[in-house]
This record gives sequence, structure tokens and C-alpha cells, in this order.
Amino acid sequence: MFGKLGLDSIPFYDPIIVSLMIMTALGGAVVVGGVTYYRKWGYLWSEWVTSVDHKKIGIMYFIVALVMLIRGIGEALMMRLQLAIASGGSEGFLPPEHYDQLFTTHGVIMIFFVAMPMVIGLMNLIVPLQIGARDVAYPFLNNLSFWLFVSGAMIVNLSLFIGEFGTTGWLAYAPLSGIEYSPGVGVDYWIWALQISGIGTTLTGINFFVTILKMRAPGMKMFRMPIFTWTSLCANVLIIASFPILTATIVLLTLDRYLGMNFFTNDLGGNVMMYVNLIWAWGHPEVYILILPAFGVFSEVVATYARKRLFGYTTMVWATVAITILSFVVWLHHFFTMGAGANVNAFFGIMTMIIAIPTGVKVFNWLFTMYRGSIELSVPMLWLIGFIIVFTIGGMTGVMLSLPAANFVLHNSLFVIAHFHNVIIGGVVFGMMAGMYYWFPKAFGFKLDEKWGKRSFWCWLIGFLMAFMPLYVLSFDGAVRRMSSYEATEWQPMMIVAFIGACIIMLGILSTLIMVAVSIKNRHSMKYADLSGDPWDGRTLEWATSSPAPFYNFAHLPKISGIDDFWRQKQEGREAIGTGPYQDIHMPRNTIAGPVISLFSMIFGFALVWHIWWLAIVGGIGMFVAFIARVANDDIDYYVPAAEVERIETEHKQRLEEYREWVKQHPEEASHLQVRMQG
Amino acid sequence: MRKNLYAKAAGLLLLLSLFLLLGGCSSALMDPKGQIGAEQRTLILTAFGIMQIVVLPVIGMTLFFAWRYRRSNHNAAYTPDWAHNTWVEVVVWLIPCVIVLFLAGLTWYTSNSLDPHKSIAEEDEETFEIQAVAMDWKWLFIYPEQGIASVNEVAFPADTPVRFRVSSASVMNSFFIPDLGSQIYAMAGMDNDVHLIADEEGTYPGRSTNYSGSGFSGMTFEAHATSDEGFDEWVDEVRESSDSISFDDGYLELLKPSRNHPVEYFSEVSPTLYDDILHTYHSGEPVEVLPNETGYKFAKSDDQDEQDMSDSAEAAE
Repeated sequence: MFGKLGLDSIPFYDPIIVSLMIMTALGGAVVVGGVTYYRKWGYLWSEWVTSVDHKKIGIMYFIVALVMLIRGIGEALMMRLQLAIASGGSEGFLPPEHYDQLFTTHGVIMIFFVAMPMVIGLMNLIVPLQIGARDVAYPFLNNLSFWLFVSGAMIVNLSLFIGEFGTTGWLAYAPLSGIEYSPGVGVDYWIWALQISGIGTTLTGINFFVTILKMRAPGMKMFRMPIFTWTSLCANVLIIASFPILTATIVLLTLDRYLGMNFFTNDLGGNVMMYVNLIWAWGHPEVYILILPAFGVFSEVVATYARKRLFGYTTMVWATVAITILSFVVWLHHFFTMGAGANVNAFFGIMTMIIAIPTGVKVFNWLFTMYRGSIELSVPMLWLIGFIIVFTIGGMTGVMLSLPAANFVLHNSLFVIAHFHNVIIGGVVFGMMAGMYYWFPKAFGFKLDEKWGKRSFWCWLIGFLMAFMPLYVLSFDGAVRRMSSYEATEWQPMMIVAFIGACIIMLGILSTLIMVAVSIKNRHSMKYADLSGDPWDGRTLEWATSSPAPFYNFAHLPKISGIDDFWRQKQEGREAIGTGPYQDIHMPRNTIAGPVISLFSMIFGFALVWHIWWLAIVGGIGMFVAFIARVANDDIDYYVPAAEVERIETEHKQRLEEYREWVKQHPEEASHLQVRMQG
Repeated sequence: MRKNLYAKAAGLLLLLSLFLLLGGCSSALMDPKGQIGAEQRTLILTAFGIMQIVVLPVIGMTLFFAWRYRRSNHNAAYTPDWAHNTWVEVVVWLIPCVIVLFLAGLTWYTSNSLDPHKSIAEEDEETFEIQAVAMDWKWLFIYPEQGIASVNEVAFPADTPVRFRVSSASVMNSFFIPDLGSQIYAMAGMDNDVHLIADEEGTYPGRSTNYSGSGFSGMTFEAHATSDEGFDEWVDEVRESSDSISFDDGYLELLKPSRNHPVEYFSEVSPTLYDDILHTYHSGEPVEVLPNETGYKFAKSDDQDEQDMSDSAEAAE
């Protein structure tokens, strides 16, 4: 009846998991109780769950990412504590199986359920605004993508309490992930979590690709798009081209595990290195899917806070495009030690180094944007400075790894761990934190607290250096990744430093949460409220509308005549805010199909993990029927009456005047007014 | 007060990083004991050094520009519309290009000169062959010439080029002796190899670097680079063992998953064992995978372990 699932599947014997279970249950009860008490279910359902508004979907992505980040950092702390203890014969406090599961979930969660949703969340929030669109090309699909992603995240979280997650490492290398070597349900959880959320990601890629190509405001040619939109476009091209590889690879692994096929087995003609090749043919573009939008964020941030046009716009675009293409011809550098011929290795090594050229050019362009600027050392600018320094070091160690002959001693060591945290924390996380601070007012209508923002930055920076620099040193002594204990006692001091570093990073995350809480508390104070819609004196279109942006984004679709068009409008005094006459606006309706299909997909995935076949059929039919019902539904759009638009726009205009009045009285509070004069 | 605090913190960090760098100097990769490792150290240091041409100026410029062009500095120039300069753009493309060109040449050269499959023996010199097989979770070393085998301990004469043929009787692992240089993947059914040499006698830690399951952390071995006489003594010691191993006798017993496996000697080994292991994966017959003793679930208390064993046995069926 319940397949492999039984009461003994719940790990009651593990005190860590039981206490987590109790905490989660309590937390869940508080949330459910709170929502019920304040009668917010209806509001949540109609304003958020079923919403097709790209801005709300973006915010939801970010919230889920922050929740998953806390789980991910918790796992990191446990691993670092284990390694700080488990030296010279000590087993530490975690049995190897538990430790193996931790580094597997840590990797899966941080990449798929923290970094990806942050990147996709920011794209959702900002791209349609930057190109002057009312929404994405396929609003329903966007909602479906989000809920499929949530469904995948829920499957990972279920594995914490019911059964186990994989103990194979985040990429589940075959044949270790095959049914013979991993007979438990852990790898199946991995399969279905990635498969379901991966399909959501593919749909997002298609959606944003079409949105950026087809939905730009009149006059916004490709080479007038903001850099963040450009990098998002390239990231989505990468998604479209690479995620199908992931999907197909996981399908083959699924066939191996469920139907006894032999694509990736040791015997019967299976080829394990084919798995490794395929997974990295997706995996390497994946890291550029994450980093390119972060580059975009920094390009916006540096121009805004240096109050200067971005240096070398065209170069920046071509550098991005070059990285996009090159990212597909470097995958073999993840396994030089497979022992391919010297020339094959040299080819992939050199291709990898070539990526350093456009990346280096980008760094110089940011630097020359700062040069002769008027830099406000605000929170996003601090993230940028930290990013350039940390990321440059990470890029350097990346090039060292790309030398095949050097890779033969650095591969699989802590050097690799230090390197990719160097670029993913220093690049993606710093970028997302900068983007969150920068665009938060656009999403919510008030600014984030600067003091806690800066504290968060310093904790992350110092914590990062302490947590990962020691790993470079340890790697030179042969310390490898994924070991749960080690004999060499001389490694222990460094491991303890790394643990302290991880704790400081945790403080950085806490500071971020406090920053949000303090800002929510003070949101009505004039220092926090963003009445103007343009709190940083921005350059791109998203700042042309109110904060938070109205659900239709722009009352009139803007007409674009150049790069940084909004900045020029302001310079020439021709911004058009609050001017009529208004027209009816065509908008998509909310949908229940997205959440319903995703709920069935979660049931489907969970049932397949546990081999509960009848439930899988229920899930499959449910998905299909819900999808057909959606297709048959013609009532998917409506018109916002012009009068309603006028009411909203007039309110914005009033707030704007209120703000201008306030600034006149408090010129010292609007930091962008203190800009240096030319020359 | 505040500035002081930051300065102190920065000073502390600087000290710490110095200490870290010093810690790296005497490490396996920076103080290698073999020719391959020594060349790899030179390569790593060369690449590191050459990249400082970009890395140091970038870090310096970042900090300097951020400080120099801060909003409150009224002495600095401000050119809000300056966004293009052909010379600057040419230079910022050119410098990385030149460095990468140099590194690309270095890559091509060292990929070939340090190719793990390439013999390092001089013309009239003989290469010493050892066959290494990764198992759950131990290493089996076979000496085809001496007709002996050992587990989790390998010995070979120093100053003699050694060819390790590396394969696996389980999942993928990687064979690595950090003090000597290059590692290579051990994959079932595949006959990989790596050529190494020890320039100094000594005992060097070796291990699998590629995660292979719950016993991975203990999948270590000791590599003894000995004098010629020392090696003969070691061989004699192995020959004193009463155990022998061949594919049909003893191999399956050894293959059973075990953690922190003790050193074992086999005085006799079937000359075809390594090839037999390779060929099982190409025979067209399914290869049986022995269940993991400790079970795939979390290691629980001892009395539950038995339960686990039967669980995984059932799952294997």
C-alpha cells in the first residue's frame, strides 16, 4: 500500500533530526496559527499564491531562498564543527553517513534552492521593469515555474524527516548513485527534487528569453538594454541550452534505478564517465547562470552609486556573450584526472583560461566606472568592492585549477572547495545581497536599514576569509573534500579557524534578517520610506515608476531613446510621472493552475521516491487534468479601467510631491543630492 | 574609537594570513618528494606569480578608487559622462590576453610533459609496475613481478620510476600520494595509469580523493619509498604471510565493504588478478555488488546495526 514507506522510515533515533522536527512543527504551528488568527488566508491565496505578478513571484522566490539559506548554513556549521573536532582518530559528533548526507544536501540546497531562486527572483522582480514591460511573456508559466520550484524544495525538506537524502555528493556521480551502491531512497529524493524544480527552471528560461526578446518598450533596442537585462538574457539562453541536458541525464539515471537499465552502471555496457561528462555539460553552464546576473547587478550598482555612466557598455555586452558561449566548451576541466589524453586536457584547460579574459575585462570596466566617479559608499557599493577583491582571488585560483598539470594535485582537494566558495560567495551571494538591498525599495516601497546592511557585509567578508582561506593552505597538505574525519592533527587549528569563520558568516545572515526586521518596523519613517520611486537617483527604467511598482508597472509604456534613458529624462527634466490621459490596461488574471499542478507534481515525486505506485498515478493524472483544465480556460485576462489607473497614478504623484517637500526641508537626508560638481 | 577597532581587526587578519602562508610552506605540495611533484610545484608558483600582474593592481585600484573618488572628497575629479576610451579598452583586453597566451603555452607544454600516462623512465631504465585496485574502502596493491599483494600499504624503491596501473572494483575513486604528485581516477573496468617517482626515501600518506561512500574517510594507505635493500626486505616480509589471493579464492572475501581496513599482506597472488578484475566488467554478465555491512541508513547504536544489515541485504535482493 505504501511502497517502501513505513513508520521506521522516520529517523526517530537521531536526536538532531527529532529536535529539528519539533522546532519545524512548532514554527509551522505559529505561522499557521498567525495567518488564521489574523484571517490572512484569503489575502495570501489571492494576492500571492495565485498571483501571476512577476514582482510578487520574484519576492516569493527570494523568501523561499532565504529560508533555505538558513538550512544550508546550518548544515555548513555542522560540517565545519565536525571537521574542527574529528582529527587524529576522533570520529567527531556525526557518523560518516550523516556527514555525507550533510554535504550532499548543503550543495543541492545552496545551488538549486538558494542561489538559483535568488537569481531567478531578482530577474523576475527587475527584468520586466527594466525593459518597460507590463509582465513577462507567459505570466501563468511564471507562476507554474515558481510553484514547481517550491515543490522541489519541499521534496528536499521532506527527506529530512521521512527517510533520508542522498549521500552521494551534490551531483550524484554514478555508479555511486546507482541502485546497487545506493539502495536507499536518498538518491530518489535527489532525482525528483531536481527533476521537478529543473523543469520549472527550464520554463523560466524560455519565459524570460521570450520576454526580453519580444516585450521591450518601444525604442529599446538590444544595445540600449540595461546590463542586468543583458546578463539575464544570457543566463536564460544558458538555462534553455543546458537544463535539458540535466533533465535527460537524470531521466537516464532514473531508468537505471527504477527499471534496471544500464546507462551508468559499471557492468553490462554502462559508462560511468558518460554520466560525469553529461552532468558537467550542464553543471558548468549552471555556474555561469548564477554568476552572470550577479555581474549584471554590480554593473547597475556601480553606475548608480558612482553616479556615472557604466564604462564600456558595448564591451560589457560582448564580454557577457563571450562568456555565455565559452561556458559550453570547458566542462571537462571538472575531471582532468579521468586521464584523457594530454591534448584533450590542454584544450579544455586553455578554453577555461580564455573565459578569464572577458571576465577580467568586466572587472576593469567596473573599476573604470568608479574612476572619476562620485562614489557613495552605501551598502551595495561595499558589496561591490568586496566582490571585486574576493572574486579576483577566486578567479585566480580558478585559473590555477584550469592548468591540467596543476589540477592533478589540486583536484578533489579543499582547494576546489575554497575556490568555488570564493567565486560563489564572493560573486553570487555578494551580488544577490547587493541586489536585494538595491532593489528592495522597488519591491516594498521602503529602504533597508543601512547600519545592519553594513554589519552584514563585514560579517560575510571576514567570515568568508576566515572560513575559506585556511582551506587553500590545508589543500597543499593533501586535505581532501568530503572526508568526515582525518588523521593529521596539524590540520586541526586551521579547521577550527574555518569553523569560526562559518560562525561569523552565520552572524552575517542574522544581520540580514535583523536588517529586514528593523526596516519593516521603521517603514513609515521618512528616512526609510521610498515615496519617490527613485531612492538612489537611478539610471534605468525600473526607477521611473512608483515604489512599490503598481501591478501594471507603467501607466504608459515608456519610449526609449538611448542607454540610461531614465537618467537622461531626469537630466533634461522630461520625466513623465502622473500625466494623463490614461487608457485601459490589459492584464493577466491570477491562476490556481500553477499551485495545483505543482502540488500534484510533489505528490507524484514523493510517491515515486517511495514506490507508492497508485499515488504516483494519482499525482500524474492530477497534473495532467489540472493542465488540461487550464488550457481549456479562456477567462485568463482582463482590463484595468483607465479610471483605476488614474487613481493609482495620482496617489503616486501626491506622494512624490510630499517627498519633494520633505527633501527641501531635509537636504542632508537625500545623499544623492550632495554629489560633487564636475571637474 | 571605531576606526581603531577596524584597524585592529585588519591587523589581526593580516597576521593571520601571514601565519597561514607560513603554514603552507612545509606542506606536501610545496615541499614535494618526487620529480613530478616538484615540477607541479614550479608550475603552480609560476601561474600564481604571473597572475599577480593582474590580481594585485586590481585589488589595489579597487581600494584606491573607492577611497579617492568617495563622494566627500572634493579634490577628486568627477566626469559623469566619461564612459568610453579606446586606449583603456584596448589595454584592458590586451593585458589578460597576453597573460592567458603565456599561460596557454605553459598549459600545452606541461599537459604533455606532466601527462600522467607518460613514462618518466630514462631510455635504459626499467619502470617498476604496481597495480592498484580501489575497493570499498581500501586499496589493493598487486606486484605482478614479485607475485605478491598488499592492502593499504604500498612500497617501492626510491629513485625508480613507478607505473601505477589503477582500476576499481567498486565506484569511482582517485589514487593520490600528495608528496609525489599527480593523482588519477580509479574506475571499474578501466585500466588507468599514473607514472610517479620518489626522489627521497620516506613514508608518505596516500589516499583516495574521490568520495566513494561512507568509508571514504578511512580509505588511506601508506606509501613507503625505500632503498633497494629496504624494498627486498619488505617483499620478504610480505612473503612470510600465510595468505594468498586470486580471483576465485580470497578476492570476493576482500571485496566485502570494510572501513579503516588494516594492512594485509598476500604472499601469493594470481598473476591475472588485475586483468580478471578489469574483465569482469566487460564480460556481459552482471557483477554482483556486495551489501554494505553498516547499512545505508545512519549508523545507529550497535544493536540496530544488525537490523540494518538484514535491511540492506533485503534491498540488495
